[in-house]
Amino acid sequence: MRAQVIHLAYLVGSALFIFALYWMNDPRTARRGVVAGVAAMLLAVVGTLVQPEIVNWGWIAVAVALGCAVGVPLSFVPLTAVPQRTALSHAFGGLAAGLVGTAKYYLWLQEGPENLTPFRMAAIVAEIILGYLTFTGSLMAAGKLQELRWIPQRPVTYRFQNLSNLTLLGVAVLCGIALVVKPVELAYLFPLIIGLALAFGVLLIIPIGGADMPTVISLLNSYAGLAAVAMGFVLDNKLLVTAGALDGSSGLILSIIMCRAMNRSFTNVLFGAFGQVQAAASVTEKKNVKSETAEGAAQIMEQARLVVVVPGYGMAVAQAQHRVKELYEQLTKRGVDVRFAIHPVAGRMPGHMNVLLAEAEIPYDKLVEMDDINHDMPQADVVLVIGANDVVNPAARHDKSSPIYGMPIIDADRARTCFAIKRTMNPGFAGIENELYYADHTYMLFGDAKAVVGELVKSLAGSAVGAPR
Amino acid sequence: MRSRKRIAAALSGTLLAVLPALAAEPAAKGGATAASSFDLTTMLFVFMLATFIGMGVITRVSRLLHTPLMSLTNAISAIAVVGAIVITGADHPPIITLLGAVALFASMTNIVSGFLITDRMLKMFKRREPQKP
Repeated sequence: MRAQVIHLAYLVGSALFIFALYWMNDPRTARRGVVAGVAAMLLAVVGTLVQPEIVNWGWIAVAVALGCAVGVPLSFVPLTAVPQRTALSHAFGGLAAGLVGTAKYYLWLQEGPENLTPFRMAAIVAEIILGYLTFTGSLMAAGKLQELRWIPQRPVTYRFQNLSNLTLLGVAVLCGIALVVKPVELAYLFPLIIGLALAFGVLLIIPIGGADMPTVISLLNSYAGLAAVAMGFVLDNKLLVTAGALDGSSGLILSIIMCRAMNRSFTNVLFGAFGQVQAAASVTEKKNVKSETAEGAAQIMEQARLVVVVPGYGMAVAQAQHRVKELYEQLTKRGVDVRFAIHPVAGRMPGHMNVLLAEAEIPYDKLVEMDDINHDMPQADVVLVIGANDVVNPAARHDKSSPIYGMPIIDADRARTCFAIKRTMNPGFAGIENELYYADHTYMLFGDAKAVVGELVKSLAGSAVGAPR
Repeated sequence: MRSRKRIAAALSGTLLAVLPALAAEPAAKGGATAASSFDLTTMLFVFMLATFIGMGVITRVSRLLHTPLMSLTNAISAIAVVGAIVITGADHPPIITLLGAVALFASMTNIVSGFLITDRMLKMFKRREPQKP
């Protein structure tokens, strides 16, 4: 009887998880999704706790208390640190899966080797490989995003890198297959697989640069989900399989969207070492760059009908979103239509810019996706590029030799006037020259994004609303 | 509206697929070999259907919300907590209990921080500007 009730709780939990994700399709219903998710999680936890074999209440209480003690502060990080937090939680997810797989294997090895059927053993191997590689890979990604000093920011590449990485993974998989065939006799291979998976996670992330982080984070999200699925197979638990599969497909779809937005393939992201390739490719002759003062730019913006703001990672680094909101208010007050053009890979994780601008209380109906805003670009009087670079580089449309050729971009060059805020003329992370900056109607506003937008706001506030121009 | 119908159809489809499996489970416990092969196919079925539902639901998620989506799925995949509780809670050698407790700690962190930060971010998405007093 109790087993049936537990199964029913799991069933309702699965349905609630699906609804939680379904309600995320609109910001108006999204918070309901969180409630559904919490309810499902409660059902699952309670359903598990009432199982008769649960006796170690002390251990459970301590672990839960510690988890809450760490989890609550982690949920109040500043929104610019959300990519790191996300990567860190992928690491926790991978670690949990890996540890449960390890515990289960040794438990069965000691207490009942007949339980180690080939199918279960295969699931355990998949669980620990995915779990541990997600653990170290996500830790590395979080470290890179947090810009820890002892983790190299630039992609690290060396000869035969892909070959050696794949060999490592291949050895781990071969050991896994051997273990499936002889789970008891070859038990010594188990720690070896763990070590290989841990090492592979680190080596997988080392060659990846900041611009590829959105794809990599999504991919790690998918791995964490798949590790949970494998755990579900090991523990014979359908709720785990369902929830893990939802997470896995979510991560997969996000990474596909990210890859499409960069016109690159998975293999290219994972094995391409983006930053390294271009260093040699960008040799352009010196061209003239025009710069403009904040006052001049403010005057032109004031008289515009449509201003499109293109935010990028630079806005997040400079924490400029609140100044951007002030600029939005100043311009809207003067009857200027202000919209924000969001490129899917702007920032360091999917949807990064949307969250930052929403935090600054910019209404979300002003945040427009790339495909929709590009139709209106020729009508835009002013485009203001804040800390974005590759996503507005027109070379992606026509220059076949450019490394970003074919990547969908925001057509900032088709607007009447373009202002670009940038600290220096140094090419961005990917090391690609941006010909937008040399176009006839482009003017550079040199300086820190927060400071420059602040000056724009000040100039606008200084000139009275409705005064004769 | 059409998409809503499709989702509903997909949902009821899975429920229909999962329910008989649930009902049949106690019966299948009889023979060990029969049970394991039966479970294997059921689990694969659940996995396949859940993946397709996930694909269908996630492609409809607004691009605005991709960051909260990721933190929500983070929290959801912390359902690994179920496995961690079973390992920690049952009467096992201390080293196994310790492994389980660390796993439980990690999943609990994800549950708490995942749901809290998702809600915190979603609160910020407003359609109109707040009225100034």
